[in-house]
Amino acid sequence: MSAKNVAFVRPQMLPAEPAPLSIRSVPGWIRANLLATPRDTILTALAIAFLLWVLPGMLEWLFFNAVWSGSDRSACTTIAQGGIQPDGWSGACWAFIGDRFQQFMFGRYPYDERWRPILVGIMFIALLVPILIPKLPRKGLNAILLFGALPIVAFFLLHGGFGLREVETPLWGGLMVTLILSFVGIAVSLPIGILLALGRRSNMPIIRTLCVGFIEIIRGVPLISVLFMANVMLPLFLPTGWTIDNFLRALVGVALFASAYMAEVIRGGLQAIPKGQFEGADSLGLSYWQKIRLIVMPQALKLVIPGIVNTFIGLFKDTSLVSIIGMFDLLGIVRLNFTDTTWITPVTPLTGLIFAGFIFWLFCFGMSRYSAFMERHLDTGHKR
Amino acid sequence: MTDAALAPPEARTLRSYVYDPKYRGIFFQVLALAIVVIFGWWIFHNTTENLARAGTASGFSFLNGRAGFDISTTLISYTNDSTYGRAIVVGFLNTLLVASLGIVTATIIGFLVGLGRLSRNWLIAKLCTVYVEIFRNIPVLLVIFFWYKGVLDTLPQVRDSIALPFSTFLNNRGLAFPKPIWGEGAVFVPIAFVLGIIAALAIAQWATKRQMATGQQFPIIWTGIGLVVGLPILAFLAAGAPLTFDPPIAGRFNMTGGARILPEFVALYLALSLYTASFIAEVIRAGIRGVAKGQTEASSALGLQPAMTTRLVVVPQALRIIIPPLTSQYLNLTKNSSLGVAVGFPELFSTTSTTLNQTGQAVEAIFIMLTVYLTISILTSLFMNWFNAKMALVER
Repeated sequence: MSAKNVAFVRPQMLPAEPAPLSIRSVPGWIRANLLATPRDTILTALAIAFLLWVLPGMLEWLFFNAVWSGSDRSACTTIAQGGIQPDGWSGACWAFIGDRFQQFMFGRYPYDERWRPILVGIMFIALLVPILIPKLPRKGLNAILLFGALPIVAFFLLHGGFGLREVETPLWGGLMVTLILSFVGIAVSLPIGILLALGRRSNMPIIRTLCVGFIEIIRGVPLISVLFMANVMLPLFLPTGWTIDNFLRALVGVALFASAYMAEVIRGGLQAIPKGQFEGADSLGLSYWQKIRLIVMPQALKLVIPGIVNTFIGLFKDTSLVSIIGMFDLLGIVRLNFTDTTWITPVTPLTGLIFAGFIFWLFCFGMSRYSAFMERHLDTGHKR
Repeated sequence: MTDAALAPPEARTLRSYVYDPKYRGIFFQVLALAIVVIFGWWIFHNTTENLARAGTASGFSFLNGRAGFDISTTLISYTNDSTYGRAIVVGFLNTLLVASLGIVTATIIGFLVGLGRLSRNWLIAKLCTVYVEIFRNIPVLLVIFFWYKGVLDTLPQVRDSIALPFSTFLNNRGLAFPKPIWGEGAVFVPIAFVLGIIAALAIAQWATKRQMATGQQFPIIWTGIGLVVGLPILAFLAAGAPLTFDPPIAGRFNMTGGARILPEFVALYLALSLYTASFIAEVIRAGIRGVAKGQTEASSALGLQPAMTTRLVVVPQALRIIIPPLTSQYLNLTKNSSLGVAVGFPELFSTTSTTLNQTGQAVEAIFIMLTVYLTISILTSLFMNWFNAKMALVER
């Protein structure tokens, strides 16, 4: 710009002024965000009324009226029900959670052997945390240890063998089972999902038909029917005399189900890769698997990270369904306690469900936050 | 052609066939097919052997047998003397009932919450965010138990029922309300309702045609509501109001007379609606945010009022983004209704698995169940694909 010195044009920039007080002050913020129009004012009033109606009772029930210590049902029942609380009392019974916490974590795993699941948990965290932090090196070795070595070590530690006492899977339970099911489901569904998605996009008609058939059938029926089928039909499918563990049946059901959903998510990523990338890889003389491994998948997986994590979250929540086919995951073991005479009170079910819900929420919310972080981290600025 | 010069057909070696993608493709497909066929045959063989050993007859004749179990909620007449086939149909209708009611409620809540999250009002936006983040991150089965065990189970017993207006009672056996008994001539009411819908559709078509030709507008919405609601009311009055009520009477242990909504149904319905609504809210929000800002600005530049901008510019374009994920949420809700089995609501999965347990006809019962769910899914996605194609942007 050829700027001449004109008397009424300022030659240098002024320092930026702070925003006017009507915007940055608290009353200004309130006016802009809560009372902008008459309709907003009414909505705000309604929302405040709703909060005033719900929050005090909720806080009172959850914390102020709650029972924090006690060893049996008398702590959480009113005098009329045979307990120590005044009549008309109602509040959360956290004493029940405290008393049964170990059971909620490990199910009926033998008391003396609980160091084994704890050890597996420590190893799992020790391998998981470094793989989640992008800056740390040696991701390949880390992944091999987490997805290859850990499952084998964990199986022998949890199940027994090599001098350890054998603990049958019906004794497993609680959060431990929820985590094992989800981890195996996640670890199996991602590779199978990738293969199914590639098969669905393949130009070989028979392979495509097989993959489409599998994906659409599994996606068209409820998970509980897949689990039920795994539970009832798998023993029928195998030769007479072969038995298959209940836990394994549930694992097969969950993994099959998650693979079909994963395949559709990954297919979305594959479809978003421009044709030029495939052609470019071909013109470089890469083989099919080199092309997929080096060019296509890194881009496709990055595009669908939110979808993949959503599938993981769905899988984690869906593991609660195994309680219907007679296994005791976190929700199953909480439900089992509703009928336990030591703790049978009117407030036990709600307290137990709120506790289980909070645990599920923590894991799922954590996963979704991490996926948002990863999305920002991997964003190379090449958004189409 | 250079190809012919490089590899004349008669000079092809075995090696060239191995590296030819065409022959490779055929080889791998034949291999895959062979594996699937052999695996399928192995499963079939094992199954028939296992069934023969257990002495189970195969075939669908068990459907005509006497069911012998009671079902708490039935839309069609059913007693424990009815057949297994009828029990499965009863379950199927219950699935449709809870799914359709759930879809309507979830859509309404989801729409409100999704718009709420986009609101400029900070408090409303945060409340809606909290709602979505809570329900998206806990299992639906837990929500079902929350209502069933945590809330509805703590309602008073029958003798201490909470009395509501219009002889309605709320207790831990459910909500008892006067049962409507339709008299003679009541059949005209649904006929009038259908006629009203047809008339409203016809008028809408005529009004659109007239607006296209002359530019004159016609109050389609109000006329339509008037026809769909008004005609049945007129028919009801013309037939002499053929409706009486049978109120429930509270006994010591149970209610007699009247109709009842069971807590199992309420728990399933509320849980499915609230859970799915949180997903629908996200779908709606993404759809509305997916409409480019320039569209809104252009329509205000044309002088359209905000309400018209929303109705004529934003919503039609947002629907295009919303419909495919919304369909899969509807299907999810329908499939999740199978969790009614956990609280004892007799839907398709529940009645079919009871049948399976009583007859031992595992293969047939599961086949029926999977077929019905698959059919629902396929029909819904076919319909939605058609609707989607109709709504899709016509591009050059």
